[in-house]
Amino acid sequence: MSDVVEKTLTALPSLLSLDSHPGSAKLSSTSKLGNLIRGITELTSKHEEEKLIQHELLAIKEQVSSPNTTMRQMKELMVRSIYCEMLGYEASFSYIHAIKLAQQGTVLEKRVGYLAVSLFLNESHELLLLLVNTVLKDLQSTNLIEVCMALTVVSQMFPKDMIPAILPLVEEKLNHPKEIIRRKAVLALYKFYLIAPNQVQHIHNKFRKALCDKDPGVMTASLHIYLQMIQENPDAYKDLTPSFVTILKQVVGGKLPMDFNYHTVPAPWLQIQLLRILALLGKNDQSTSEVMYEVLDESLRRAEMNHNITYGLKALTYVVQQDPKLALQHQMTIIECLDHPDLIIKRETLELLFRITNAQNVTVIVEKMLEFLCISEDDHTTIDLVGKVAELAEKYAPDNEWFIETMNTVFSLGGDMMQPDIPNSFLKLLSEGFDSVEEDRKLKLFAVNSYVPLLRGEPGKLPQRFLQVISWVLGEYSHLREDLEPAEVLSLLAKLLDMKNSSSETKSWVLMAMTKLCKGGTDASVTQEVSETYSSSLDTVLRQRAHELQYLSQDPELRARVLPRGANPETLEVDSSLSFLDRFVSEALAAGAAPYKPPHQRQEELDQSKALSLEPYGLSLPISMSSCSITDRQSPTLLSMSSGLSGDSADLSHKGGSSALKLDGVKRVWGREGYLAQREPVEEAAQVEVPSPIQSPGRQGEGDSLHSQTPTQTPTPEPEQEKQQLASSLFVGLASQSSVSLMGKSEPTPQRFRRKAKGQGPGSSFNASEQISSSLISPPSAVDNLLCNNLLDSNNASELAEQTSQLSQRLTTANGTCHTEAELTEPDTKGCNPALRRDNCVVAADPGPHDDPGRLTEVCLDSYLPAELSGLSHSEIAPLCANQSLNLSACHVQKEDSLILVVFIINSSESAIQQMLLQVDSEELEVSCLCDSPAGEMTSHSVAVGQYSLTVKRPAVHVEVVGTVSYQLPAGTSQSLQFSYKVPLTSFIRPFVVSTEEYGTMWLSFSHDTKQNLTLINDNQEPLTATLNALKKKLQLHVVEVIGMEGIVACRLLQDLPCLMHCRVNAGWLAVWLRSPVPDLPDCLIYHCQRALQSL
Amino acid sequence: MQFMLLFSRQGKLRLQKWYVPLSDKERKKISRDLVQTILARKPKMCSFLEWRDLKIVYKRYASLYFCCAVEDQDNELITLEIIHRYVELLDKYFGSVCELDIIFNFEKAYFILDEFLLGGEAQETSKKNVLKAIEQADLLQEVHSVLLQFSAL
Repeated sequence: MSDVVEKTLTALPSLLSLDSHPGSAKLSSTSKLGNLIRGITELTSKHEEEKLIQHELLAIKEQVSSPNTTMRQMKELMVRSIYCEMLGYEASFSYIHAIKLAQQGTVLEKRVGYLAVSLFLNESHELLLLLVNTVLKDLQSTNLIEVCMALTVVSQMFPKDMIPAILPLVEEKLNHPKEIIRRKAVLALYKFYLIAPNQVQHIHNKFRKALCDKDPGVMTASLHIYLQMIQENPDAYKDLTPSFVTILKQVVGGKLPMDFNYHTVPAPWLQIQLLRILALLGKNDQSTSEVMYEVLDESLRRAEMNHNITYGLKALTYVVQQDPKLALQHQMTIIECLDHPDLIIKRETLELLFRITNAQNVTVIVEKMLEFLCISEDDHTTIDLVGKVAELAEKYAPDNEWFIETMNTVFSLGGDMMQPDIPNSFLKLLSEGFDSVEEDRKLKLFAVNSYVPLLRGEPGKLPQRFLQVISWVLGEYSHLREDLEPAEVLSLLAKLLDMKNSSSETKSWVLMAMTKLCKGGTDASVTQEVSETYSSSLDTVLRQRAHELQYLSQDPELRARVLPRGANPETLEVDSSLSFLDRFVSEALAAGAAPYKPPHQRQEELDQSKALSLEPYGLSLPISMSSCSITDRQSPTLLSMSSGLSGDSADLSHKGGSSALKLDGVKRVWGREGYLAQREPVEEAAQVEVPSPIQSPGRQGEGDSLHSQTPTQTPTPEPEQEKQQLASSLFVGLASQSSVSLMGKSEPTPQRFRRKAKGQGPGSSFNASEQISSSLISPPSAVDNLLCNNLLDSNNASELAEQTSQLSQRLTTANGTCHTEAELTEPDTKGCNPALRRDNCVVAADPGPHDDPGRLTEVCLDSYLPAELSGLSHSEIAPLCANQSLNLSACHVQKEDSLILVVFIINSSESAIQQMLLQVDSEELEVSCLCDSPAGEMTSHSVAVGQYSLTVKRPAVHVEVVGTVSYQLPAGTSQSLQFSYKVPLTSFIRPFVVSTEEYGTMWLSFSHDTKQNLTLINDNQEPLTATLNALKKKLQLHVVEVIGMEGIVACRLLQDLPCLMHCRVNAGWLAVWLRSPVPDLPDCLIYHCQRALQSL
Repeated sequence: MQFMLLFSRQGKLRLQKWYVPLSDKERKKISRDLVQTILARKPKMCSFLEWRDLKIVYKRYASLYFCCAVEDQDNELITLEIIHRYVELLDKYFGSVCELDIIFNFEKAYFILDEFLLGGEAQETSKKNVLKAIEQADLLQEVHSVLLQFSAL
């Protein structure tokens, strides 16, 4: 029999069983697959199944490799292989045949072939490369279905490196007459964007075309791309906001064909996609948000409760950040959601409430949150919610009692899972206090009062973190309560030490507290006992604490010096260079001691000594460290303790587990006054002046009555009324009384726990702007007030400054900040892409009531650059601030040996101003005036230019210059205008040309260092060279030498302050080790290296 | 969406579609864990669960469980509606679909899914358009078979 006839005959059975119904459901039950499936269902044990499938796979394997198998049979075989794989048995032998089937089969065989490929392989599978040609061919096919199949598989998986091969063909399909092809092409490009964004950058315009496609399917598909791109860079797509709004309007208005409806809701998937996009575009952008209000309101109104609660809530959550009044219109819906049995909806509702919290509704909202916390079992939710409660409590607490009570609940519920910065900032708040000394004392006293009964009760049930907070507070403030004998506190604390579940971290906090409390005399017995128990502890930290306790309790004079009670935290100066130890060190070195090495260096050398390679610079040091650090650490005299220098003390406090509690600005633990390392770092800020203690009545019962005062607790017979009352207590303070009847009183309540302002000098623009704006808003509307309340608490200084500047511009006062992190623009490229450069400027995005200084004058300002600077590269000229009469802009110019700040003052008014004076200063920088600072009179529409040379005093990631312009109006009133200007540290970095030998010598002499792993750039060339070149280009570093997998790099800040960098490729990372004689410089530099590599 | 699984009450996988690259081993582990977790849940329980760093949305239709994994920022409710729309599509195509239809014609179920979701995102939410695309391909199949039959005889 000939081959042909045989093939036909084998094909016949399946042909004859064909059915004309498209969903030919039962027919294939007679096929081989059907037999297999039935065979499996008849089996009784897993073992039998295994046998059957192995048998089946063998049969398939034999058939697929037979040269006589037709493509049609192959298709059937592939379906069976897919089925076996789905059951969990490997059929990898069939992968290659699936590709072959996609390649050689007819259309429908191809279809199965492609399906099998997409199920068998994932996008990193090497066999996928074999599919590229097939895809290429099918994309060019005249058969629509083949094109569709190729696009479908490409949208699911495609080898990244092969994208360029098919990209033009896919791009071309965007103009295809059939909408299904256009739609699939858009999704394929979306996939490309996800795996290789750079490859599709040039077709962004075509995406816009897809967005405007007349077919809703194509338009919907393009939204996936937009959502992704907007997530990455919302600013670049603000101009599309009206388009998205229009589309949403049409969708909500039912303009789409009926079959897009889903159970009477018009295209819900499309709606959600649009809402998510709008949420991203409107975030932190008032003017863009305003465009959306109407349509959002409409969407929300049309959304049916049961279908769409959650997404309505989510959108609303974003909106209220901009305009809390909108939430008012939906308050009853929100109340319904709050009682919803579904926990997810409840949680979303709380998220929304969190956003609208203010000083008046805080008690109710926090109560709702705590209620939820009690029933929540999910760790993630608990951590998140605990953080929010703590944030709200700190921001809006109506009184001390409430604050402490709430924080107690937070600590008990949050347990040890909560973010470590919560106890941190709580203690910081307590220790720094507020402006009123009396309030301070009351708060501390109340905390003490509430903790004592907790310890008397069952402290074993409290989380460790809470116990640590309690011991610190008692140690620090229990003396405020006069009726409380230190002896009693001591015995309470001693009880904690005996508890089985106390961690050693907690124990060291307790010992610390006891050290502060012990006075000798009657307390001596407890102290003595404890210190004896722990002075032989295996835990070195505990042992050390025990020794401290022992010695300090016997020497009140020393204790008063080491742990002063009335010291002012701000007078504490930390000598981070430890210069007072120089003599000690040099003596020790002269006596033959080994030089100090930080622990990680020791570790590294230890590692290296096992391997062959040593330090790249030849000079390696012996590892005999033990003599110096370990013994000293246990020595009883405090001052010689851990004189193993800087790294040691930091290391110790880390082991004590208190690293999480480090305060900003505390860098080292040695002070001029002596050794501070063994105290918890927080105490440094805690030495607040305390007046003589005054007794206060116990207040434990008051917390209960406090909660019952909230309207929710008031018994009302009617449930509806109850809800309304809840509504009024929740939404109070959101709008002026006239707008909504449910509203309660809305008088502005001042912020309670505002942090005490520090450093009033010109160096702190943060505080300056805070003070100015708070004085400006004294007669505010409710909305403004809310805005300010929110803003003043913002921990994010830059956000605050930005918003404040908006606010103050609106109020025609002057005050501004500008961050110019933009890279320097070369003179020749300047102006080629103004839209993009504008986006980098924070202030310019805000159209003020006056002429935008940047937009109108930027081009002209270029010409005001001093002639000697005009040829050099300078940053974009960024507007700083403006008022009725003056516009301020600035830029910085990089010279080889210096950095020049140029400030432009434009008199935009119609009249001249008098006695203008410009002053510029900085905390981190040395500012020197280059030529005479502009001063005196300025005629109308003139420009004055000030030039300042900047050098770095103290490195920081971003350094800031603050300044004031004071002047007199013709009327004689004097005015001033404040501004700040941020310069990235990178502007100061210059290449440092040294030889390898010089580098080696310097390396050993530099004491400040840091280590980090950076990502390697993996393009086609060698990764180390590629990464170093990128860093060199971005940050102007000097690559000294590259040897094999290691490279050494050097740079400096202008002419001094060098920093050396040693890079080594290690396990796919670039292990970087930086050293410098300047503290903080290595850390700042590593930050910029990370950023530079990320931005590639 | 990260992946979609269809499995029976006995825990047998009926369909699996992965939109993120995972090794075979990981896929097996994930589906095993998830099937166990979901089958252990009571009928009245919530259709959503947080699992590892993903949100799992599932729904039971007769003897078959449909289960999707989405990222944290995705909306669970709309994912539930995606499942439902897929069931509607299957129902329309097979004519009151049952588990057996999907077992015996799972490749069809995959084709429908590929027209509805592509690369983990909703591709076409109009029921009419999805089915039209499938029927066109099917029609071609029939024309082709008739031709084949013809030439065979």
